[in-house]
Amino acid sequence: MFDWKWEFAWEILPRLVSATGNTLLAAGAGYGIALVLGLALAVAQRTQYRVLTFAVREIVEFVRSTPLLLQIFFVFYVGPQFGIRLSPWTSGMIAIGVHYACYLSEVYRGGIDSVPKGQWEAATALNMTTVQKYRRVIIPQAIPPALSGMGNYLVGIFKDTPMLSVIGVAELIHTANAIGSEHYRFLEPFTMVGIIFLAISLPAAGLIRLFEGRVRLKLGLK
Amino acid sequence: MQDMSGFPLELTGENKPMVSFRKVRKSYGSLTVLDDLDLDVSAGEMVSIIGPSGSGKTTVLRMLMTLEEINGGVIYVDGKPLTHMEKNGVLVPANERYLHSRRSDIGMCFQHFNLFPHMTALENCMEGPVQVLGLSKAEARDRSEELLEMVGMIAKKDQHPSRLSGGQQQRVAIARALAMRPKVMLFDEVTSALDPEVIGEVTNVIRQLVSEHNLTMLMVTHQMGFALDISDRVCFFYGGKIEEQGRPADLFGNPQRERTQQFLSAVKEAV
Repeated sequence: MFDWKWEFAWEILPRLVSATGNTLLAAGAGYGIALVLGLALAVAQRTQYRVLTFAVREIVEFVRSTPLLLQIFFVFYVGPQFGIRLSPWTSGMIAIGVHYACYLSEVYRGGIDSVPKGQWEAATALNMTTVQKYRRVIIPQAIPPALSGMGNYLVGIFKDTPMLSVIGVAELIHTANAIGSEHYRFLEPFTMVGIIFLAISLPAAGLIRLFEGRVRLKLGLK
Repeated sequence: MQDMSGFPLELTGENKPMVSFRKVRKSYGSLTVLDDLDLDVSAGEMVSIIGPSGSGKTTVLRMLMTLEEINGGVIYVDGKPLTHMEKNGVLVPANERYLHSRRSDIGMCFQHFNLFPHMTALENCMEGPVQVLGLSKAEARDRSEELLEMVGMIAKKDQHPSRLSGGQQQRVAIARALAMRPKVMLFDEVTSALDPEVIGEVTNVIRQLVSEHNLTMLMVTHQMGFALDISDRVCFFYGGKIEEQGRPADLFGNPQRERTQQFLSAVKEAV
């Protein structure tokens, strides 16, 4: 039946573990960019500057309506024609970070919209500046309802890192494929990659739910 | 562009009002909410604003708190324009920077309290002094604890708003506004969202403010008895204008205008 070779599996495990590190790094760095940039995009859509609001909304819609794979290719292969030469890692981080920032900006926007108008008014009555209003009053209340959406995209970005293999980032799929080509054996590497993804995604989703509950508790939001 | 030549750059004189509305107009589209409002409030005066809903009374407070822009006229606070600023010798609409420099003179309490739910009662009170006034945490804590003591909420200072009753939340909100040491306090229907049995705890705090502090106060209220008790003056608003105003005993005891009479008798019947 299955021609599963344990010996081979043990032999390639170290390489896959090291590639897992790369995958986690890519997902983490991409998510970091997305978290910060996403918030900036969400806030930019709420300013009184109509041109900025309009431009940001169009960019977000554009990015969300085109495939991530295309965006990765674009940054890596088209960038050099405009004099922007980036390593596969940097290109990948930018593409995946910007892509998810656009999705996260919508999650943030929903969270910000859910803060009652009276909170803005109370902050104005205390003479807070716009930055203080966001930092001290609005964002702390906007994050808890956004947490589950943010968590979903963390798992999403992790599962999308294999797309970076197309420009040569040595993440899990890229490594498994390389191992397969070298040894003419694909069963073990790809099966193991699947198990590794599962072993990280499932607990991550649970941890996010746990974290969400703790944040709500800490902020007194029940 | 309206002609600003009739409005002085500054109000001077010994008896200059603390708050002065001069020909203030507010409209939403074609709906005029306030029509050429003139209203002066002296320093230390307590003015109650009553009237049917839609008469523009809450808008008066919201404009003064700069939560609503005005469409005409000028509002002065402590002699200086609030809604406008001077530019080359003429008044132009204030920008956000100017508003920020003037807004600390005014504090406001809202119908629905609007406490920050992620902060405790004490943190709510400390927030403005620390973030906006730049006080040290220790100073802000002292000031806030003193005020929470005054409103009878010191025992609950470490509770989040979700653990407090409406009356308790409103008392914390009053302490929070006072912690900014405003010259003018605004109370916008602060008892309207409260259960009847806790209204007293909030009105008592306001009563205490009136008797012990020399604050200028404007209060929109539906509680005629309370307005009668503590106000220096009562303004009856109708259709975006002050229909009648006067000392509370006169206005409630012997209203001159027909609309005032109608409103007061309708209120009496409801009680």
